[in-house]
Amino acid sequence: MSTTWRSSSAGRLLRRAGPSFWIGGALIVVVVAAALVSFVWTPYPPNALDFSVQLQGPSWSHPLGTDHFGRDLLSRVLVGARSTLYVGVLAVGLALGLGSTVGLVSGWVGGWVDDAVMRLVDVLYAFPAILMALLLAAVYRPGTFTAMTAIGLATVPIFARIARSSALTLRSAPHVEAGRALGARPREVLLRHVVPGALSPLVIQASLSLSVAVLAEAALSFLGLGTPPDVPSWGNMLREAQGFLAMSPYPALVPGLAIVATVLGWSLLGDGLRDLLDPRLR
Amino acid sequence: MLLYLVRRALTAVVSVVLASLVVFSALLAIPGDPAEIILGLDASPEARTALRDQLGLNRPAPVRYLTWVAGALRGDLGESIVYQRPVRALIADRLGVSVPLALGAALIAGLIALPLGLLAALRRGTWVDPVVTSVAQLGAAVPSFWLGLLFVLLFAVELGWLPAGGFSPWARDPVASMRSLVLPMLALGLGQAAVMTRMTRSSMIEALAQDYVRTARAKGLPPARVTFGHALRNALVTLVTILGLSLTNVFIGSIVIEQVFALPGLGQLALTAIGTRDLPLVQGEILLYATTIIVLSFLVDASYALLDPRIRYEA
Repeated sequence: MSTTWRSSSAGRLLRRAGPSFWIGGALIVVVVAAALVSFVWTPYPPNALDFSVQLQGPSWSHPLGTDHFGRDLLSRVLVGARSTLYVGVLAVGLALGLGSTVGLVSGWVGGWVDDAVMRLVDVLYAFPAILMALLLAAVYRPGTFTAMTAIGLATVPIFARIARSSALTLRSAPHVEAGRALGARPREVLLRHVVPGALSPLVIQASLSLSVAVLAEAALSFLGLGTPPDVPSWGNMLREAQGFLAMSPYPALVPGLAIVATVLGWSLLGDGLRDLLDPRLR
Repeated sequence: MLLYLVRRALTAVVSVVLASLVVFSALLAIPGDPAEIILGLDASPEARTALRDQLGLNRPAPVRYLTWVAGALRGDLGESIVYQRPVRALIADRLGVSVPLALGAALIAGLIALPLGLLAALRRGTWVDPVVTSVAQLGAAVPSFWLGLLFVLLFAVELGWLPAGGFSPWARDPVASMRSLVLPMLALGLGQAAVMTRMTRSSMIEALAQDYVRTARAKGLPPARVTFGHALRNALVTLVTILGLSLTNVFIGSIVIEQVFALPGLGQLALTAIGTRDLPLVQGEILLYATTIIVLSFLVDASYALLDPRIRYEA
């Protein structure tokens, strides 16, 4: 399916990368850097109140302005990058791990097991992330964990579908049949021949799903169903900015632009990876 | 075709049953005594017992599930604990906001995305395609609730053209009701339009690359006929899927948009129900959302069979 992924050196591969890959990658590097920097340095403590500078525009002392409590928006947007990445990466990781395992095994085994498993997986399509989060928030108190699980579960079916179709294609591929004919154990065939072949579509989808996960995390925090209010997150910042729109646009503009940049980053990176790893999928 | 439709309908029914099981069993998993959680620790034991009776918590779970489903089939979703009214009536009250909002947003998305996606596909290789594609990619990265906030800032706060939020009942002043839905519809619809444009473009490009399109061109048919008679007709099946998907997206997206514009719709009802732990209401609402999504996807598949004879015969 995508032998290029393994046979050509990383350097040669990168030389073929298009602008989508580089722009998307650069945006994600910036977001990751922001999250990392926030652990060691922010201009102000992100939750430090200062009522003498409420709702100010950009200035030398507050480059991106301040919110209604006089908290520094730059500091908060830097720290906010953490929740975005944390929830997004864990949610997509959950979906990737669970979905592709279920899909690979189901497609490999085939028959009525496959039918039954995929029918169950498809039920998850009826519960998009927001709906799943409503359900989980009703059971457990809303928070980072329920948001992450909800986004993850809602993303499972797409990975299961992709992995399953790879397994179906690869099951009858010559090199896999050869492996089986030579007496390799099923587990070994799956791990050594099927998984690598299924990898690139899954990696591409992971990047695209991350863009959706970032949007979902922001929406859930905005609804009060995600990151708790005392932790700065971009969705929380927008939720709080809502009441002060008429007084200052900056508390709403800054986190919103950060979300747009991150979502765009993941989706461009996904497109770039697709062009790079699997030109036929274009 | 009938066989196909019947089989697909049965699948949908199975999905709804499974979805109802998911909703029911998830709420079973609530740690601790729901009556205590709802009423708080200092409620009297009598009040707790009464609530347990009302919720039917004294009966075994399978019995409760069957009672709930049997009720749901008759359109009875139980009684809300907080509002002390039937869940069905509460939901019905909110449909007047949520349904027009979702339909309006989907309409806006379709009216923008279909022509733009077509245009980009037909003008491939010129400047039009990359411009449309880039704008769509950027647009798809903008959260609709943030766009909603920006619209409030521009059209309500700065220009004062439209209300920033709230809703008056249709019966009182239909024009005012419509005016309060314009910005939410636009915010929801534009975001969806971006997603739809990309999908329309790629399905049209795929249709234009088919052999029968080349044949039609080769035998000298006018370009317009090739585009609309051959390519578009065949892309229609995919476009219906895209439309169905968009309806699902805006329906779920309206939960978030309602919060931006303080609209008393289904989403607001669900969030309040979660905040107050109104379990019958939460259960009923989530079942309604999931069922709607399953029904929409059934309708999409059913329309396939009508649009594409190949699918009809395969089944």
